[in-house]
Amino acid sequence: MATTTAAPLDARAEAKAAKKAAKKKEPKPSFSQRWLDRQGWSRRIPLLPALVFIIILTQIPFLATLVISFMNWNANYPQDIAFGTLNNYVQVFTDAALRSSVFFTIVLTVTVVIVSLALGLGISLLLNRSFFGRGIVRTFMITPFLIVPVAAALLWKHAIYNPVYGLLNGILTWLGGPQPDWITDFPRLAIEVQLIWYWTPFMTLILLAGLQSRPGDVLEAANVDGANAWQTFTNITMPHMRRYLELGGLLGSIYVVQTFDSVFVMTAGSLGTANLPYTVYETLYSAQDYGLASAQGVVVVIFSIAIATFLLRTVSTLFEES
Amino acid sequence: MTTALAPTPTQTAQQRRRSTNRARSLGSRSGNTIAGIAAWAIGILFVFPVFYMILTSLHSEVNASTNPPSFFAPLTLQGYKEFFGASSGASPWPPLINSATASIISTILVIVLAIPAAYALSVKPITKWTDAMFFFLSTKMLPAVAGLLPLYIFAKYLGLLDNINYLLILYTAMNLPIAVWMMRSFLADIPVELFEAAAVDGAGLIRTLRSIIVPIISPGIAATALICFIFAWNELLLANTLTSVIAGTAPVFLTSFVTSQGLFLAKVCAAATVVSLPVIIAGFAAQDKLVQGLSLGAVK
Repeated sequence: MATTTAAPLDARAEAKAAKKAAKKKEPKPSFSQRWLDRQGWSRRIPLLPALVFIIILTQIPFLATLVISFMNWNANYPQDIAFGTLNNYVQVFTDAALRSSVFFTIVLTVTVVIVSLALGLGISLLLNRSFFGRGIVRTFMITPFLIVPVAAALLWKHAIYNPVYGLLNGILTWLGGPQPDWITDFPRLAIEVQLIWYWTPFMTLILLAGLQSRPGDVLEAANVDGANAWQTFTNITMPHMRRYLELGGLLGSIYVVQTFDSVFVMTAGSLGTANLPYTVYETLYSAQDYGLASAQGVVVVIFSIAIATFLLRTVSTLFEES
Repeated sequence: MTTALAPTPTQTAQQRRRSTNRARSLGSRSGNTIAGIAAWAIGILFVFPVFYMILTSLHSEVNASTNPPSFFAPLTLQGYKEFFGASSGASPWPPLINSATASIISTILVIVLAIPAAYALSVKPITKWTDAMFFFLSTKMLPAVAGLLPLYIFAKYLGLLDNINYLLILYTAMNLPIAVWMMRSFLADIPVELFEAAAVDGAGLIRTLRSIIVPIISPGIAATALICFIFAWNELLLANTLTSVIAGTAPVFLTSFVTSQGLFLAKVCAAATVVSLPVIIAGFAAQDKLVQGLSLGAVK
């Protein structure tokens, strides 16, 4: 990821062109001149502690993961450590259980992000209107996001999904319905619903901020011109909201791809619910297969880079406008 | 990103206020009533599990585990007493203290590192400051599992497993990019004239930071700190891999409730409530800046 920087944008390209034109007049300072430039260093020094810190703790471990992913290294067989093998990657893509975890990671991320975004859009549109107790409802909507993720997963597992004393089956008893064992019968759906409950507030907050940043004069002009609510929504609100939907979707994807707590608590990866982060954890912790765990980690990173490339572009668009 | 929407902060606030007022006035009155009812229904639906958690935590174990649920059973603090080890003797205090240590100290470190970094990215920017900003952002997108294994092996061979100091250093790295982005957006709001005046008066970097920047952006520092605190407090994957008995955090302690243990629902709900309480307090305190923190400063 270290190499992923923002895609060049028009504004930046223009600035660069202007800089180039200015530079033509003066000879470009050589590397050593720049290196010794005291003013440059007085500017750089405040940044260095944070930069060095983050490089040591994120980039170097990832490089190590990359190296170990090409190693044969299982802590249970310390005699067999060797470098230079693709076996770990072959195993990642051929093992049926691992393929299932790759598949479920995609399904989980796409489902949770799309459903939360759709719900978030609807709820933020409601919250953007004036009605009695708007502040209270907004607070209600934020609350799920303020429950510690492990606690939220425990709450859903024991207090809501439990087949004997869970809230869902309690309500079904009142209605005279069946008493399913939610997590055993619908393991993936159970995790998805819990995560949608947790992430919808996040999407709502981002989209509400987007709605409230719609330019007031344009909305008023539309009103004066006699646009009805639907026309205003499709022609003004949605184009304006596109960037916020992208931002919510991409940030949500980055976070949901990394889901660990819910899977760990609700099913411990059984019943086909092991996603990649959980699988990496288990390969590392239970199987002690360091080489394989690293290869799995690298696959997660490749997924994230794919999402992150789009995210960085969206963020830089918002960023360049400021 | 703070000024993404208008040239100056004051103008942003004014314009936004005006635009919401206009947006509100667009809806018809009966439409607003229907929207209000729908919003209340959805809001209650979303908050209900949390309400049910708190209610159940205040019921006796027998009343907590009925089917259908007994909403109006008498209230008791028995669940909380059990969680704090009344009969099991397993005290949640060490994990809670570990969590507090890791979250608070890592947050302080994050702020101390982020303020000078944000200064070098906005007030007196380095030449390639946008590249540096996006480098910080990209590290946040690197999943925790990408570096988990080397961090684990490193700790294993250096005897740092189950050490809260190691965990809090990692939490600092985890939250630093968010803090840098948020801090930069706060610093960018300070008028340049202030720095020019300080420079004319001969103030150096430390003096400028202490006498000008910190006092002005202290609300921003508070919001950033609260958000970093929440992320550190919530973290499970690193804590579960790198700590166990001695340095285990509150989320690690909660994992002991994963498998059912007879009638224990009130105790589970009490545990979930107690462990979530600091996050709920921090979250409501930082409510206005929550979006900004979660979107890494991209949305204000």
